[in-house]
Amino acid sequence: MTPEQARQMIKDILREIAPDCDPDTLPGDADLRDSLELDSLDFLNFVEELAQRSGRRIDEDDYPKLATLASGAAFLAGS
Amino acid sequence: MTGSGPGKTTYREAMRAAIREAMLADERVFLMGEDVGRYGGCFAVSLGLLEEFGPERIRDTPLSESAFVGAGIGAAIGGMRPIVEIMTVNFSLLALDQIMNNAATLLHMSGGQFSVPLVIRMTTGAGRQVAAQHSHSLEGWYTHIPGLRIVAPATLEDARGMLWTALADPDPVLIFEHGSLYNMAGVLAPDAGAVDIDSAVIRRPGTDVTLITYGGTLGKALDAAEALAGEQIQAEVIDLRTLRPLDDETVMASVRRTHRAVIVDEGWRSGSLAAEVSARIMEQAFYDLDAPVERVCSAEVPMPYPRHLEEAALPQVPAIVEAARQAVG
Amino acid sequence: MPALGADMEQGTLVEWLVKPGDQIHKGDIIAVVDTDKSAIEVESFHTGTVEALITPVGETVPVGTVLATITETEAEPARPGAAEAGRPGAVEAGRPGAVEAGVPAAMGAPAAAAAGPAAMGAGPAAVEAGRPAAAGAPKGKRAPGKRAPGRARPGRTPAPAGPAAPVHSTPLVRHEAGQLGVDLAAVHGTGRGGTITRADVEYAAASRRVRATPLARRLAAELGVDLGTVTGTGTGGAVREADVRRAAAAGAPAAQQPPAQPPAAAAAAGQAPHAGEAGRPATAGRAGTAGRAESMRQAIARLMARSKREIPHYYVTNTVDMGTAMSWLRERNRRLEVSQRLVPAALLLRATALAARQVPELNGYWGEDHFVPGPAVHLGVAISLRGGGLITPAIHHADDLAPGELMAKLRDLVNRARAGRLRSSEMTDATITVTNLGDQGVESVTGVIYPPQVALVGFGKIVERPWAVNGLLGIRPVVVTTLAADHRATDGYTGGRFLTAIAQLLQRPEEL
Repeated sequence: MTPEQARQMIKDILREIAPDCDPDTLPGDADLRDSLELDSLDFLNFVEELAQRSGRRIDEDDYPKLATLASGAAFLAGS
Repeated sequence: MTGSGPGKTTYREAMRAAIREAMLADERVFLMGEDVGRYGGCFAVSLGLLEEFGPERIRDTPLSESAFVGAGIGAAIGGMRPIVEIMTVNFSLLALDQIMNNAATLLHMSGGQFSVPLVIRMTTGAGRQVAAQHSHSLEGWYTHIPGLRIVAPATLEDARGMLWTALADPDPVLIFEHGSLYNMAGVLAPDAGAVDIDSAVIRRPGTDVTLITYGGTLGKALDAAEALAGEQIQAEVIDLRTLRPLDDETVMASVRRTHRAVIVDEGWRSGSLAAEVSARIMEQAFYDLDAPVERVCSAEVPMPYPRHLEEAALPQVPAIVEAARQAVG
Repeated sequence: MPALGADMEQGTLVEWLVKPGDQIHKGDIIAVVDTDKSAIEVESFHTGTVEALITPVGETVPVGTVLATITETEAEPARPGAAEAGRPGAVEAGRPGAVEAGVPAAMGAPAAAAAGPAAMGAGPAAVEAGRPAAAGAPKGKRAPGKRAPGRARPGRTPAPAGPAAPVHSTPLVRHEAGQLGVDLAAVHGTGRGGTITRADVEYAAASRRVRATPLARRLAAELGVDLGTVTGTGTGGAVREADVRRAAAAGAPAAQQPPAQPPAAAAAAGQAPHAGEAGRPATAGRAGTAGRAESMRQAIARLMARSKREIPHYYVTNTVDMGTAMSWLRERNRRLEVSQRLVPAALLLRATALAARQVPELNGYWGEDHFVPGPAVHLGVAISLRGGGLITPAIHHADDLAPGELMAKLRDLVNRARAGRLRSSEMTDATITVTNLGDQGVESVTGVIYPPQVALVGFGKIVERPWAVNGLLGIRPVVVTTLAADHRATDGYTGGRFLTAIAQLLQRPEEL
């Protein structure tokens, strides 16, 4: 998966979880949880969906890497 | 010989007039059956005909249905136009092999060489406390057999006019006369003559539900329609007249208009003519039905002897009314 | 019209989900009602046959108005090992005769006076006419084979479940089936080993036939009427010609797209909150969000004002060492798929539920002048809605659910709350409530009690703080727990006991 595809996937999922927000307006380094007001359950839904669609295993230790759009895309596109 | 007053007559008299007319018009026509001559007929239909036409043409037969129906078949093949009277449908069972395996099938089995222009008249139905062996309504059974035409006159006009058309048919025709109709009185036009035996007729127009029946139960259906009108339900009543072949077109046209059907049949419910009509309605008018087709038939018991039980076993007006209510909802 | 909140005065009937002649069981969802806050699914409190629908769709009526009449039948006898064994307050034997489905107002709503002899003061909406206060062994008949959604105790049945409980499905799937009214016994499972998946249940719900005459069906197609939205007046609730014509004249919604694809063909469904189940017309929950947010705000304002006005609050606070709990959680989650992982909130809720069982004086309602213990621990959870607003549905029997089950219920509840698909029993049954869990950053939350409850529990954000551990200075994750309680029902000593209980429970997470 390319970083651009990963970024798109993240944005698609965020749109479903927080339909009132537009992820396109998010700076790449903005904290997702704060900016979109995601609580722990929202975040869990986000991670679950991400894991399912990307096919990657995501551990709790990886959560910090999903803090922003940029880092999340890099994580998914990486090895 | 006629009812009192101009045009006033009875079903019995109309049938007699029909036989007489046929015999006068065509010398090939003759009547044979048990007690049709000297006795004048079990139901007095042929009263006076022996005196008029003589023993060659009004023939008393021995008490053997198989024999005299067979003789009738033979006479028909031989070029005559016999009217065979089987006293009641109950006794026709003894001639079933003749009717089904000879009369109905000789045309086919002979490769078209022999037709059987036979007319068989039978009295049918219950309601006179003659108990289990003498109360059958088996016209529904006969409609199962290819090669036969089955008709059921329910009105004076049909009693007067069906016989001639039946005699003109080159193939066997069975005429079923409900025992309760012989005394039915009414006015018949002086020129009343032959009628068709192909069509069902709407006896009473309506919009909310179609009541389908024939023969002896027509009167009850009409009474039920009258009662239903009092409840703001306009029932259309169809007299099938010909039971084989059935006039699907008239029935379906009606059901497509009313969207609901009740079939009244004095036969037993299972495997009845009502079941056949219901199946056809389902096949041909399914998308117009707003309720399941109802059937009002006899209770599935040998016909009881005591009057109150017999009445309870037969289709009656309240049951027809209730079925119509169910259908209308 | 049930009272779906202490402050509710009227509701609008949005949708009838049953027709006259339908057989229903206690717990079946029979209607959707719109309140100021959201669309709520109303469950039946009775088993029987729907006799007549009295209130038409679209009408707004006061709480207590008769919505429909139901002819009651006996509840079915229990199958061996049915999940309700031993639970107090199980369904009692049915009573003959018609019963109104409009449950008398509960939770201290203004119309409480109209509740009649059935209600015990301002007793919970779980009151059914004539049922005395719970406690003790179940009476006579047990619950019917089809368990009321939300009351099910998945995975905890002592004996193998009889034909009533399907074997090859997860608790969440069973919950979904109950919610959609799908009989799992009739569903074909496409999961591994014949397991019934959520998609299977949704497919079954979407392809359910409407009972209609051939003429009605043809007419509906011609007139563009969605048969699923027409109330039928024929035998067994069949839709007939007249019903379709009436619906067409009233401008019924147009027919929907063909039902959902079979699970094998469809792509994996997302986990995000979905706007209603396939095949059902969208409820008013989605429409008019601006107006809804405004009226919800007003409703909350009224409730909070009333609470502060009537309830003498007292407050106690405690800080809890979460070190053991968090490591336990981390270890556990490491071995689990994302969908199975727990968030700390699950442990906090579980501890609260168990503490409520240990200190029952805080689990219940304030009646006219005395405390009424709740029938069980139904834990209310405050859920904030995107776009503003707060809703507090209940997790039933939270003290009987293991953390994993509680987590599943919590996620389901949050998703449905945000989609506007909560059920009436969830809105009315809470016996104690936990406030918005401090995800958003404040260390300590002290709230306002939801009348007629007598306690509100608060949890702040779990933060790292210096802590004394074995005489040495260390850093531990800690959480501030607070209790706001009704001083009429309890004293500070009891409140303190409660918070101490929570703290102790959280030190042994493996026992939660």
